[in-house]
Amino acid sequence: MKYLTFAAATFGASAALAQTPVLTVYTYDSFTSDWGPGPVIEKAFEEVCACDLNLVGMGDGAALLARLRLEGARSDADVVMGLDTSLIAAAKETGLFAETPVEAAYDLPVAWNDPVFVPYDWGYFAFVHNKDFEAPTDFRALAESDASIIIQDPRSSTPGLGLLMWVKSAYGDEASAIWEGLADNVVTVTKGWSEAYGLFLEGESDMVLSYTTSPAYHLIAEDDDSKTTASFTEGHYMQIEVLGRLAGSDTPDLAAQFMEFMVSDAAQSALPTTNWMYPAVTPDGGLPDGFDTLTTPEKALLTPAEEVPAIREEALAEWLNALSQ
Amino acid sequence: MAQRIVPIGSRAGIGAAGLTLALILAALVAVLLRAEAGSGLAPSDWAAIRFTVHQALWSAGLSVLLALPVARALARRRFVGRGALVTLLGAPFILPVIVAVFGLLTVFGRNGWMNDLLAALGLPGVSVYGFHGVVLAHVFFNLPLATRLLLQGWQTIPAERFRLAAQLRLTPWAVFQAIERPMLLQMVPGIFVLIFVICLTSFAVALTLGGGPRATTVELAIYQAFRFDFDLGRAAMLSVVQLVLAGGLALAALRFVPQISVGGGLDRVRQRWDANRAAQRLLDGAWITSAAAFLLLPLCAVVLRGLGGLALMPVSVWEAAGISIAVAGLSICVMLALALPMSGWIASRRGGGMEAIGLLGLSASPLMIGTGWFLLINPVADPFDFALAVTVIVNAMMALPFALRTMVPPMRDTIQVYGRLAATLDLRGFGFWRIVLLPRLRSQIGFAAGLTGALSMGDLGVITLFANPDRVTLPLQMYRLMGAYQMEAAAGAALLLLVLSLAVFWICDRGGRLRAEA
Repeated sequence: MKYLTFAAATFGASAALAQTPVLTVYTYDSFTSDWGPGPVIEKAFEEVCACDLNLVGMGDGAALLARLRLEGARSDADVVMGLDTSLIAAAKETGLFAETPVEAAYDLPVAWNDPVFVPYDWGYFAFVHNKDFEAPTDFRALAESDASIIIQDPRSSTPGLGLLMWVKSAYGDEASAIWEGLADNVVTVTKGWSEAYGLFLEGESDMVLSYTTSPAYHLIAEDDDSKTTASFTEGHYMQIEVLGRLAGSDTPDLAAQFMEFMVSDAAQSALPTTNWMYPAVTPDGGLPDGFDTLTTPEKALLTPAEEVPAIREEALAEWLNALSQ
Repeated sequence: MAQRIVPIGSRAGIGAAGLTLALILAALVAVLLRAEAGSGLAPSDWAAIRFTVHQALWSAGLSVLLALPVARALARRRFVGRGALVTLLGAPFILPVIVAVFGLLTVFGRNGWMNDLLAALGLPGVSVYGFHGVVLAHVFFNLPLATRLLLQGWQTIPAERFRLAAQLRLTPWAVFQAIERPMLLQMVPGIFVLIFVICLTSFAVALTLGGGPRATTVELAIYQAFRFDFDLGRAAMLSVVQLVLAGGLALAALRFVPQISVGGGLDRVRQRWDANRAAQRLLDGAWITSAAAFLLLPLCAVVLRGLGGLALMPVSVWEAAGISIAVAGLSICVMLALALPMSGWIASRRGGGMEAIGLLGLSASPLMIGTGWFLLINPVADPFDFALAVTVIVNAMMALPFALRTMVPPMRDTIQVYGRLAATLDLRGFGFWRIVLLPRLRSQIGFAAGLTGALSMGDLGVITLFANPDRVTLPLQMYRLMGAYQMEAAAGAALLLLVLSLAVFWICDRGGRLRAEA
């Protein structure tokens, strides 16, 4: 594509093509896949922006940030989409992000007033299980039961880190005792979400750490209503996915336009059934059929972004200690 | 030992070895230069190092120990389908980890066939998670490699020796002592080290079956340091630990391996007069059958699951498959360009220590190499444009030690046996390569090329760091399918991956052994 543009500019064959601005957005792999939101978002945005939207997928949220730190100010990215609240503090520390003018009426369980990052979707972490399985109703009951669970490594995946923050925000100083109780329930700890969910579907455990929205996928895409999530009385930790624009972007206006677009109805209505998360702003048409069957936690837990790094250190040490016995 | 006459030059070999070293060290230096001072190894890093060494010792030991009777049985039995079985037995090693793990779970998992069988017999079930799960998976991966390499060792023994032993009416034990033991002494240490290093750098296996922090490997600690903490200093230090552990051990082991070469002879079918008794046949049959069951059942599971998903695969999977085939082909070319001169150089030296340079390619963390080259390329060009090039080079380097382990011993023998003859005929350099070395090493070269192609086909290392949406390899596409809940389609992609890996291996391996088996 780059070469095409170059050739066009050189020979003056098509001034219009040469002037088509390109907006480069770094995001995670599953966003850009054929079944992810990528294709829908790209088509809808290109219809309104007179630009070429270049969605670049790379690993997950953590990999995204590592990539950005590697590239530093030289990055080609104009916008980064797919970080979550656990990574915001680290992302800001890079000094690569610019403030955003976007304001929207978010339908999040928490108030949002971050000047840099814009939320585009969110979900609750939860343990997914088959309906015929009698799930415990809190972490203590889970620890005492002989229910088997598969979780992700907090050192390599965002859901794994989310679980760490979940236990920590629900139990504080008692978190390490909870983890010691959970140790014998953990069948295995996987590198990422895919491996864990795959193992669960293979029948390797009673429950797997995922999202309250996961059963919606099985229900809507596969017409399978056998999956549900356990409702925990201490509340459920949230993952809010955000996007931000880079200070070094050479098309700052286009970047801002894309961020506005991501919280507009066109983008928001596509997210529930492509990214399988709740939209940050409820679309005019409401949520798709099937989302009403999902477990809604009574309490939403979330650690403020700036407090995450310190708590993560402590929680990780407790987790390592409890699970390496 | 008589004075060796070496009919090939060493410049190309030194050049290839130097290039390999430079590619790795440049990456390491690039990471170190970007690292901030002051970060040391945490206690958890030391625990990771201990666990890594511990499981690697067990895995390598068991793999080699079990491979001995299996390879011996295969070496002295002829039966219908033996060739196909030998090729299929190579399959687990070249299987992408995630595919193999699912295959293993179908057999040994909680709902697996094994537990169904045990339950039907009224026995308690087994769990494949934790330490023994990691060792089980590693044996599954490496037993075929050890078997295959040992089998090649047996095939280097001239048939005349067994004929002579039979004429002397040596007992089976005496045959073993006189003929097989020297070959094993030459082969086993190198094979053990090779597998030890493979298990040392194991990453995905330990993560999926290990069961958590108890089973953290050094490679995971490197991954964590790069990806979550972005602590380049700690990542570099752990990479050095891994390099020193694996490279150092390789050096030490190769130094003390006795240099034994078998004499020249006519390559006839090896008839084994010492192993004709019924009990021996029965025992060999039992070893071959159990090894085949252990290795092939999980593969059957992958095939059964994948068949249903084939129809569900989108076009992008086929495109990714095309890219993976191209990457595999290029990796084979790069590997041969490095391995042939290098093994020629190593084989003409007296000591074998230089082979350790080849092992560096395996012991170096792919994540470290990838990150290092990213840092080197980034200031001057767009690393995206080099994604496939770096993947090809790293894949070739990962396969280099396998190629060297396979090619060096026969090359050493060939040089020793034909060196003088070639010298009298004034056959040197390229001519010696073309007329003597390459024809005699055909089967080894084919095997090495097949291994490289297959490993490269299933590799999911560097590409994740450089991933470019337009150039996705098949394993990465399979991961994306899983990430998008497309488990059926992912199973289909896994089957395609299995078929392609096996096909590349089979074509190269077969090509090398064509009319060369006699």
